[in-house]
Amino acid sequence: MAWRLRLVPEKTNIDFFKIQWVTFGASVAAMLLSLVLIFTMGLNFGIDFRGGTTIRTESTNAVDVGAYRQALQGLDLGDVSITEVFDPSFAENQHVAMIRLSAKEGDESVTPETIAEVEAALQQIDPSISFPAVESVGPKVSQELITSALLAVLAGSAGILFYVWVRFEWQFAVGTVAALIHDVLVTVGIFVLFQIKFDLTIVAALLTILGYSVNDTVVIFDRLRENLAKYKQMPLRDMMNLTANETLSRTIMTATTTFLSLMALFIFGGDVIRGFVFAMLLGVVLGTYSTLYMAKNIVLMLGVDRGDKPKKSVKSDFADVDA
Amino acid sequence: MESMALWKRILILLICGWGIVAAIPNLFYGRVERHNDAVAAIEAAGGVATPEQEAARAEWPGFLPSALMNLGLDLRGGAHLLAEVKVEDVYKSRMDSLWPEVRDALRPLRDQVGAVRRAPSPDDVLRVTLENPAGMPAAIEAVRALGSSVMSLTGIGQSTLDVTAEGNDIVVRLSDAEKQATDQRTIQQSLEIIRRRVDEAGTREPTIQRQGEDRILIQVPGIGSAQELKALIGQTAKLSFNAVVSRTTDAGASPGARNVLLPSMDEPGIYYIVEDAPVVSGEDLVDAQPSFDQNGRPAVSFRFDTTGARKFGDYTAANIGAPFAIVLDGEVISAPVIQSHIPGGSGIITGNFSVEESTRLAVLLRAGALPAEMTFLEERTIGPELGQDSIDAGRAAALIGMIAVIAYMIASYGMFGVFANIALAINVALIVAVLSAIGATLTLPGIAGIVLTMGMAVDANVLIFERMREELRSGSNPRRAMQQGFDRAFSAIMDSNVTGLLTALIMFWLGSGPVRGFAVTLGLGILTSMFTAVYVTRLIVETYLDWKRPKTIVV
Repeated sequence: MAWRLRLVPEKTNIDFFKIQWVTFGASVAAMLLSLVLIFTMGLNFGIDFRGGTTIRTESTNAVDVGAYRQALQGLDLGDVSITEVFDPSFAENQHVAMIRLSAKEGDESVTPETIAEVEAALQQIDPSISFPAVESVGPKVSQELITSALLAVLAGSAGILFYVWVRFEWQFAVGTVAALIHDVLVTVGIFVLFQIKFDLTIVAALLTILGYSVNDTVVIFDRLRENLAKYKQMPLRDMMNLTANETLSRTIMTATTTFLSLMALFIFGGDVIRGFVFAMLLGVVLGTYSTLYMAKNIVLMLGVDRGDKPKKSVKSDFADVDA
Repeated sequence: MESMALWKRILILLICGWGIVAAIPNLFYGRVERHNDAVAAIEAAGGVATPEQEAARAEWPGFLPSALMNLGLDLRGGAHLLAEVKVEDVYKSRMDSLWPEVRDALRPLRDQVGAVRRAPSPDDVLRVTLENPAGMPAAIEAVRALGSSVMSLTGIGQSTLDVTAEGNDIVVRLSDAEKQATDQRTIQQSLEIIRRRVDEAGTREPTIQRQGEDRILIQVPGIGSAQELKALIGQTAKLSFNAVVSRTTDAGASPGARNVLLPSMDEPGIYYIVEDAPVVSGEDLVDAQPSFDQNGRPAVSFRFDTTGARKFGDYTAANIGAPFAIVLDGEVISAPVIQSHIPGGSGIITGNFSVEESTRLAVLLRAGALPAEMTFLEERTIGPELGQDSIDAGRAAALIGMIAVIAYMIASYGMFGVFANIALAINVALIVAVLSAIGATLTLPGIAGIVLTMGMAVDANVLIFERMREELRSGSNPRRAMQQGFDRAFSAIMDSNVTGLLTALIMFWLGSGPVRGFAVTLGLGILTSMFTAVYVTRLIVETYLDWKRPKTIVV
C-alpha cells in the first residue's frame, strides 16, 4: 500500500446525530445572533449600497490619519472616514489609505469639483500623494443595487430549492435551503460583528457560498438516495450516518482544496479583494459544517417517505418528478 | 469492458490541444497586444505600415492565435460612468417646435376660434388658449390632424398627439406610445453620439451600452479619469447661431417675448438677449476642425451643409453691421458683428479657447449634439498602477493556489493525483482559451473565480477517486473499479455542478461589472471542469490501464 495523505481514516463511524441537539442549537443560536447583530449594529455598507465616494490614496510617506482629517476639515464634506490599509504585498515605502465621503442629497454622484478639492487639500500636506482609484456612487443607484443584490440571493436560493426538489424530494429541498440560509446568515453576521465593508462583490461571494454549500449537500443527498434504494430496512438515522461517513473523505478533501486555493488568494491576492475572499473562506467552513450537521438533521426531522419502491412514494405529492 | 470510442478520444484530444494553443497568447500579453494593435492600425491605413508598426507586428508570429482576454477596468485602469439620460428634455423641445405648427393650423379657423395664444404650462404640455371657445371642436380637429401614427412596434395605429379640451384651452401632449417611442429614439441617439465622441478620442475597446430604461454605461480603459471622460461625453454640445437683440450686465433683465437671456462664456457679468429661434443650428454642420484665427489663437473652423449655408448666407446678407451670437449649451461663446455677406457656408468660431478646448469642441461638434442632458449616477476611476498591482497579486495567488492544490492532490492520490492535476492544468487553459475566444473581460473577481474553480474543479475527480477506492475495497479489478467509479460518481457530479451553474447564471443575470466577470469565469469554470474531470481524466486513466495493464492499482 503506497503512502497516502489522509485527513480522514479509511473507515469512519462517526455518529453525526449524537450531538445533534447541541449542533442544531448552536446553529439556531448563531443565526439568531446574526439577525440581532444585523438589526442592531448594522452592516458596514460600502458605497455600492449607501452611496458616496471612496478615494484610495498612495504615498511614499507614512499615512497620518489625523493630518489627513485636518486637511479635509474645512471642506464641508459631511461624514468622512479615513482608514489606513495594510497589505503584505505592498512595497516598503508604499502607504495606502482609503478615504470615504458620504453621499450628498440628490441622485448624482459626487461632483468632480469636490473630488478635486479633496485631492488638492491632501496634496498640500503630502506632495508625494497620488490617487490610484476614485469611485463614486449616487444614492439612486445604490438603492437599486441593494434591491438587485437581495433579489439575486433570493433568486439563487429559490432556484436551488426548486432544483433539489425536482431532483430529490421536498424534505431534501427544505434541508438544503435551511443549510443555505444558515451559511449566508452567519457569514453576514460575522461581517457585521467585525464591521467588514460589505459591498457588491461580497454579494457575489454570498452567491458563491450558496453554490458551494449546495454542492456539498447535494453530494451527500445523492449518496443517500442511492443507499435508500440499497438498504431498504436500515433505519433512516443509521443510513444517514452511513452515508455521511462514506462521503466524509470527499467532503473534507474538497473543502481542503477549495480552502487552500482561497487561502492563497486571501494572503497574496491583495487588499482589493480580501473581503470578498474572506466571505468565501467563511462559506467553505460553514458550508462543510452545515452539510454535516444541518441539512441532514432537518431531513431526519422531517422524515423521508420510504415506500417499497423508494423515491416513488405513495403519499408524497411531489417526489414523482424525479428523473 | 468497453473502452472509449476512438472518435471520442480524438475529439477530447483536439479540444485539449485547442485550449492550450488558444491560451498561449495570454502568457505573452504585452507582445500580442502590440501585435494586434499594429495589425489593426496597418489594416486601417490600407496596408501601409510604419517601421514601428512593422516591428510590433513581427513581435508575434501571424500563424499563432492572437485572441486575448480583455482586461477589465479594475485590472487595466480606466474610467467607468453610469449616466442617466433626461428623456423628458426632448418632450419640451417637441412641444416648443409644435407651437408654430398649431398656430398655423388654427389660422384658417380664425373666424371660429378667434385669436390664439400660448398659455404657460409644464414642459411636456402645450396649452393654447382660444379667444372664442365655440370653435373648440373644429380647433381640436385641426390640431389632431397634426399628429401622425406612432412609428413603433407596440404603438402602431395610435396618434403621436394627445389633444384634449380644458375650458378655453386646447391641451396637447405626446401620447404615451409616442413618449415611449421618443424615449427609445433619445437613448439610441445618445448612445450613438457618445460612441462617436469616445471613438473620436481614440481610446481602446470602450464599452458603451444601454442599461435599463434610460441609462447608459460607459467604460473606457486607459483614460486618465472619470472627469476627463465626463468632459468628453457630458456636454450636450448644442450649437446655434442666434440673432442678438441687445447686450446687458443685468442678470435679471427681462428678455421679452420669444427672446432669451444668455450669459457670456468668457466675459463674467455680461449677458446677451438673443432671439430664441436660431438662424442656423449645429445640425446643419457637416464638419468642424480645430484651427487658429488670424492672430494665432486657437479656434474652431466649421462648414455648413447646403441648407445651412443658404440660411446663413441669406441672414448675413440681410444683417450686415448687426451682431449675431454663437451659442453653445446656453452660453454665448462670442458675438461678432457681421462684416459682410458670408456666402460659402463656412466660418470660424473664436473664443477664449486653449488648444485642448478647441480640439475637444471640434470633436463634439463633429459628433453632433446630444438630444438630452445626462446626469451621472456612478463614476469610478481606477489608476493603471493599481490595476497592475492587482494583476501581479492575482497572478501570484493563482500560482501559489495551484501549487498547493497540485501538491495536496499528489499527496492524497499518488499517481491518480498527477492525472487529476493534468486535467486541472488543461481546465485552466480551457477557461483562458474560451474567455479569449469569446472576447470576455477578465476582472479581479474573475481571477478569484478562476482560482476558486481550481479548488472546486478537483471535486469531481475526488468524487470519482473516492468511488474507485470503494470499488477496489470491495474487490473489483482495476478496470471495473475505474468504470464503476466514473459511472457512479457522475450523478453526484452532475447535480452539484448544475446547482453551481444555476448560481453563476443568476449572478450574470442580476449582477453588473465585476460581479458579472466573476459569474462568467465561475460558470465557465464549472463547464470546463466537468469536461476535464470526467472526460480528460478518464481518457488518461484508460490509456494508462491499457498501456500498463496492472493487476492491482492503488488510488
